[in-house]
Amino acid sequence: MSLRSPLGRVLGTGSAKDGTGHWWAQRVTAVALIPLTLWFFFSLLLLPALDYETVRVWLAQPISSLLAVLSIAVLTYHSYLGTTVIVEDYVHSGSGKVVSLMLLRFLYVLIGGASIWAILRVALGSPAL
Amino acid sequence: MPARARPLSPHLGIYRWQIGNTLSILHRLTGAALALGIVALCYWLISLAGGDAAYGSAIRVLWSPLGILFLVGWTFSFLYHLLNGVRHLFWDAGYGFERTQRHLSGWIAVVGALVLTSCVCLLVWHGARA
Repeated sequence: MSLRSPLGRVLGTGSAKDGTGHWWAQRVTAVALIPLTLWFFFSLLLLPALDYETVRVWLAQPISSLLAVLSIAVLTYHSYLGTTVIVEDYVHSGSGKVVSLMLLRFLYVLIGGASIWAILRVALGSPAL
Repeated sequence: MPARARPLSPHLGIYRWQIGNTLSILHRLTGAALALGIVALCYWLISLAGGDAAYGSAIRVLWSPLGILFLVGWTFSFLYHLLNGVRHLFWDAGYGFERTQRHLSGWIAVVGALVLTSCVCLLVWHGARA
């Protein structure tokens, strides 16, 4: 005999209330990051030099800036999912957990947003800051 | 809640270290290291948007002895997390659970990451000298 409510069984959720959503998002972003991060890593590695002009011209190319924005977006989301689990595992106090999970989410939005903003400025040829 | 001491599962310290749990811990450690790497990546991208002078000072920070140490660490973390992540995806799909397969894929992830990190370092060092 199961103690689960009929509603809980229909929604497919357990005690965490979000079912396999977090787990599945982590796998999907992991698969997407295989080509994206390899592209980013090898593009930088194979550039003739890493001086300002070379890197700026490379990142300003349409395909580079598009893939760089996608890489940053998926990377920050995947990293956010992972570090969230670390906080949930090691921060035990109720209020401390809520505050650190909220801070973590704000930080990731800030870092991801700032990175994409920087890529777009380079891609659109905005004047140097 | 009753203030009664309830039985707990044995603490981590009681288990013998094996390749399985070591690599699992290393996966989480490299993931945490890479989270810091994203901050450095953000700093580098903003410096690029900041212009020649800002980019130059960011490169001087990243290319200092301490910066290079971090870059090598992030390179290993990235390659290990990538290889071991693929290993996890195979498990999720239901493959590679046999003892010999687990051990072999684990060693491939660690040794592969070490070898590839050395290759990247040699390539960059060679490029910097040429």
